[in-house]
Amino acid sequence: MSEIFKPARPAAVAEVLVQAKGAIEVRGRGSKRALGRPVPEGLAVLDLSGLAGITLYEPEELVMSARAGTPIADVRAALAEKNQELAFDPPDYSGLFGGRDAGTLGGAIACNLSGSRRIKSGAARDHILGFAGVNGRGEEFKSGGRVMKNVTGFDLSKLIAGSYGTLAALTDVTVKVLPRPEKIRTVLVFGLAADPAVGVLRESLGSSHEVAAAAYLPQDVAQTSAVDLVARAGASVAALRIEGHGPSAEYRCRALKGVLDGRGATEELHTQKSEIFWREVRDVAAFAADPVAQIWRLSVPPADGARVAGAIAARLKGRYFLDWGGGLVWFALAPLPDAGAEVVRSVLPPDGGQATLIRAEAGVRARVAVFQPLPPALAELTRRVKEGFDPDRRLNPGRMFADV
Amino acid sequence: MRMPVPDPSVIARRAEIARNLRALVGPDGVIDGADALRAYDCDGMSAYRQPPMLVALPRGTGEVVRVLKYCHAHNVRIVPRGAGTGLSGGALPLADAVTVGLARMNRIIEVDYANRCVVAEPGVTNLGVTDAVRSAGFYYAPDPSSQIACSIGGNVAENSGGVHCLKYGLTVHNVLGVELVLMDGEVVRLGGKHLDTPGLDLLGVVIGSEGLLGIVTQVTVRILKAPETARAMMMGFASNESAGDCVGRIISAGIIPGGMEMMDRPAIRASEEYAHAGYPLDVESLLLVELDGPAVEVEHLVKRVEEIARAAGATTLTISRDAAERERIWAGRKAAFPAIGRLSPDYLCMDGTIPRRKLPEVLAKIAELSRRYNLGVANVFHAGDGNLHPLILFDANVGDELDRAERFGADILRACIAAGGVLTGEHGVGIEKRDLMPEMFSPLDLEQQHRLKCAFDPSGLLNPGKVFPTLHRCADHGMMRVHKNETRFPDLPRF
Repeated sequence: MSEIFKPARPAAVAEVLVQAKGAIEVRGRGSKRALGRPVPEGLAVLDLSGLAGITLYEPEELVMSARAGTPIADVRAALAEKNQELAFDPPDYSGLFGGRDAGTLGGAIACNLSGSRRIKSGAARDHILGFAGVNGRGEEFKSGGRVMKNVTGFDLSKLIAGSYGTLAALTDVTVKVLPRPEKIRTVLVFGLAADPAVGVLRESLGSSHEVAAAAYLPQDVAQTSAVDLVARAGASVAALRIEGHGPSAEYRCRALKGVLDGRGATEELHTQKSEIFWREVRDVAAFAADPVAQIWRLSVPPADGARVAGAIAARLKGRYFLDWGGGLVWFALAPLPDAGAEVVRSVLPPDGGQATLIRAEAGVRARVAVFQPLPPALAELTRRVKEGFDPDRRLNPGRMFADV
Repeated sequence: MRMPVPDPSVIARRAEIARNLRALVGPDGVIDGADALRAYDCDGMSAYRQPPMLVALPRGTGEVVRVLKYCHAHNVRIVPRGAGTGLSGGALPLADAVTVGLARMNRIIEVDYANRCVVAEPGVTNLGVTDAVRSAGFYYAPDPSSQIACSIGGNVAENSGGVHCLKYGLTVHNVLGVELVLMDGEVVRLGGKHLDTPGLDLLGVVIGSEGLLGIVTQVTVRILKAPETARAMMMGFASNESAGDCVGRIISAGIIPGGMEMMDRPAIRASEEYAHAGYPLDVESLLLVELDGPAVEVEHLVKRVEEIARAAGATTLTISRDAAERERIWAGRKAAFPAIGRLSPDYLCMDGTIPRRKLPEVLAKIAELSRRYNLGVANVFHAGDGNLHPLILFDANVGDELDRAERFGADILRACIAAGGVLTGEHGVGIEKRDLMPEMFSPLDLEQQHRLKCAFDPSGLLNPGKVFPTLHRCADHGMMRVHKNETRFPDLPRF
């Protein structure tokens, strides 16, 4: 049984890291614990879920600070009261990983996971304004601030986002929040093959209609949707999200349909149905029902999305869908000992793209590189950066790479 | 300004180093004549000058690699330089260092509409990126006021913003990837045409690192379709409080304007006298709001903002009806710095950011300091994001005015930090605010940043003396000093 530390105040986190000897597993509510390389068995645990609560929320300033362990659900509820939101839209992977909920704000930042609007609104890393945390030496430090515009010193916030707890245990984070759009509309185009569908996504994103998200679901994925128009289409669905002030969203939706005239039958979802649809895309709901499928997430140049998905599908049995205008490929495949890593990574474009093994059993994740292996010079630089924060490799050792 | 002590053994090898560099970058790629070197003796912060030992002007990544490898092997310091328009002295040369100028690397490498991005060499100007895609209706969003001259590589180094950054983001939100040469000559590619770099987000921390982590030799930026239309609104208020309140109400109504700028009474008067933009002279505070997007949206929001402004007590309200009127409304704001420069032989420009609602409090503090130091001040404010530019008016030839102005400036930055703000919103730390860093950061905060520096550049040869305070402080605090309205680039708008 691992020793568990659950500090109730930020200062106690440093005390834990000073007192506890050796490596330690840093976690929030554990909702994404199955994501990444497994940390060694039996490590002591630093559970940050006791550090909860919103410490500052100024809607007019578009800023919120909270303890790192604050549940995402609490953050969303507080923002909703003021008609605001986290525009990076952190996904809820409880369906994929069997967790209790969407986890914590600190966890969303630490994993830098973002929803479908990543292409317009940015990732978690684009919305973090500052943080406080404790490095592997047990030293409390901070970076950034609570203002929108700040170039004072290195922006360590960006580095912390997506570091999976390997650089610091977060105690507090400050994020930029934004007004919730008044209306959401989704234009659906039915029956396109992947290649022309990505063409439609590309054309839409290249228009002046401010498309906020663009996805493509082949028929076998579309039919799992809880939105009738999508599930019963009996065809593939290309989906374009438009959001904003009422008259603007309506106008742009009409205009976009004009642009896409003749590409296929179209339909339109209004706010409520749009929210359900895009939540399914964000949370990879289509793959959640199959508990054994191994799931990959590939980030590629958007114009390569259809080709990459097709190349994997030609060699491995599975299902896929595209988000981010084609730049994000989700692939679920029947379990293989190496999770198909060699095939998946061999189809990436030579100079841009990466594949992350999002879900597989722990044994596979220990054998197969979960995160895209880095070229030697970058791997060496990454190792030195890690040492700058955590020279003894105490924080989540091996979670990202064997030596990080 | 205390800078790292020059190494006499390096200076003694100057001729040999010049000869070796010529072999690496060609005879026309090295500058060593005293007159020619003087052109590189400062950046946009011209109060501090130091001719470099040598200047190297590489033409490609390979030459940058060769220069850095050579200098690394021979223990020669490097100062990277883009267009030299920076306002915090980040490109200030050192007497024993080679300034590596990226100006000759100014090609657009690729325009990729399918992936909505542009790949450019670092010496391409900010506006040059937009120029490359304008014909297809696209643009690059961050628009620092110096955009006709500043380079995209320099924008990466400074994480430059612009008037539109509340809505469209800073450089860090618009750069997809860079190619970076480390001090030891290693080349790493961070990001690319895809989103979310693998591994740690080193791209995010390289942006805004002021040339301390590596030399950027290629930048991939995302491009956006230009908005259909834009309209400007100009509102006068009887107090800075009510103007600030109006900004808060606009944002609370769920509206994020493309631009939102505030000016106080001295700044309004100076700008109007200079630019004749039609600004009202009987108001204490002027708020400019720009709304952009489809015409339907802009019409809708103009009406809503108008209602909000009236409710917030606007005493005057003008809405642009065409592009010429919109230009005229902005002309006054864009001319604010030179306009204020006419009022006074010298001014210092500060660059703090504060939580917006603290504006009345900080402005009151600035007014009190103005009385205490007996020096005038005018304030312009990027109202949407809280970035405040107080301009302190003084005459360096009169008694102790320079000294008073500098102490006044440092007190303003301390007031910004006390209000929950930061030392610099967009001009960078450089050498200018270096010694004020401990006002904002604890020794452990700074040490952690410095450890990152060491991971990228263990030798410490890359741009030393910048950003991190030295052990000995000097009296020169965070400001950009302008003498007789002569900036290094007098024609560039500063706002």
